Amino acid sequence: MNPDDLLYAETHEWVHVDETPDGKLATVGITAFATELLTDLVHIDLPAVGTAVEAGQPFGEVESVKSVSDLNSPVDGEVVDVNDAVTEQLDTVSNDPFGKGWLIKVKLAGEAALPNLMDRAAYETQCREQEE
Amino acid sequence: MDEQQAARLRTPLYEWHVAHGARMVDFAGWSMPIQYTSIIDEHVATRNAVGMTDISHMGRLRFEGPGAAVFLAELLTRRVGDMQESQIRYSLVTNEQGGIMDDVLVGYYHNANGQPFYVVVVNASNRRKIVDWVHAHLPPERAERPGHEVIFTDVTRLWSMFAVQGPRSVELLQPLVDVELPWMRYYRGAQARILHPAAQRQGGIVSRTGYTGEDGFELSVGATIAADVWNAIVELGRPLGLVPAGLGARDTLRLEAGMPLYGHELDEHVDPFQAGLGFACHLTGYDFPGRDALRTIREQPRKLVRVGLEMTGRRVARQGARILGGTDTIGEVTSGTFSPTLKKPIAMAYLRREYAEPGTVVSVDVRGRMEPARLVPLPFYRRNNQGA
Repeated sequence: MNPDDLLYAETHEWVHVDETPDGKLATVGITAFATELLTDLVHIDLPAVGTAVEAGQPFGEVESVKSVSDLNSPVDGEVVDVNDAVTEQLDTVSNDPFGKGWLIKVKLAGEAALPNLMDRAAYETQCREQEE
Repeated sequence: MDEQQAARLRTPLYEWHVAHGARMVDFAGWSMPIQYTSIIDEHVATRNAVGMTDISHMGRLRFEGPGAAVFLAELLTRRVGDMQESQIRYSLVTNEQGGIMDDVLVGYYHNANGQPFYVVVVNASNRRKIVDWVHAHLPPERAERPGHEVIFTDVTRLWSMFAVQGPRSVELLQPLVDVELPWMRYYRGAQARILHPAAQRQGGIVSRTGYTGEDGFELSVGATIAADVWNAIVELGRPLGLVPAGLGARDTLRLEAGMPLYGHELDEHVDPFQAGLGFACHLTGYDFPGRDALRTIREQPRKLVRVGLEMTGRRVARQGARILGGTDTIGEVTSGTFSPTLKKPIAMAYLRREYAEPGTVVSVDVRGRMEPARLVPLPFYRRNNQGA
């Protein structure tokens, strides 16, 4: 995925929405900034297919040596696919967070817009402020 | 930079840490590097080669004068009067109830004029509390009692201290000091000449001590030469695989080694026997604060004991996680991390004694979900060659 084409949550998740014959499908992952901040990933806990997720609410957790953080869903909907490969191979998330390191795919509930999400420029501004 | 950050204390290595990409965090009021690259890489390099950590934030309290030995004997849980030149001893400071105020290292040396002095190394988080405690027990009439004078100085800011830890630490440091390091015993120190122009002919103290479970040394040098000496060691260490290690790796290393940390396993509500530190209490000599309380506590059956846990799953049980036996709370995790050596989550905890049998499986409440954990003996990690 091209980081320019993604939307970002304040809590460092990214989302990409595709139009499909079945409706809108969102792919969700965490950003390169987040993986760098975490550095030593030791565990990722992801939900099962069929789990309902809610925007701004946790759908899983990501753990580093030093701390554990919630993974928050940027969207409302139902989990239709989970990238189980990354839970066994955490490097994939660190090395390719916007590609092979995606975490879940969510079938969006309804036609709701995606409020409270940022474009790349706004997100990068937030990250710079956080670093200072 | 906000005001809070600006108010943080800095060690003489602060600029070096920032220039080398360290992630700086607040630690007990100091701006300290938590990691430079990766905690796991810094941990593994310390186990396999050698790591160097800036520990200049640790409090260093110096006591000298003819009354110093007795004063310290009446402050610390362990006697000091029988210490030999250059010996170092682990000890505790307890309050009147026997609760642990700090755990410390006491070193005994003589200065160039042959006058003895003691250096007590205290936790950064407790430095101000212990300084106040010393002053409370050392009013002027006591400090200046003729023939028994005690001169107390907080020398923390005058001296920098580096922990050089790992199997290659002797090889790394030997060219730098005029002391025979291979023959130095564990928990011994020496005042050394530092054989490098960076030291500007100043001396330092090197001791075979550490907080990692590896062979290694702690080196104290004057604050004004600290950055240059650090750089010299970094240069010498490069071919040996030396890495600078932050406080993140220091924590995972000490946890694998089963060593307690103040604010986790130790605090004023924990007594030395519960913590498994009864060896550091000498209850028949000088009367120190808490001695009588500890005599009573020692005779009572232990309710809680310090244990090691290995998690069955991948989720880490961290400080404050409750341990359950059936529906009863039977203990609480004090420190937890992912062990880079064992490649699984480990934790230390206080557990009710009747459950504390190695091999027992308990449940830990990790953020609302029960995770199985197995009790294992401490330490989690023991190096192969315990020679020194």
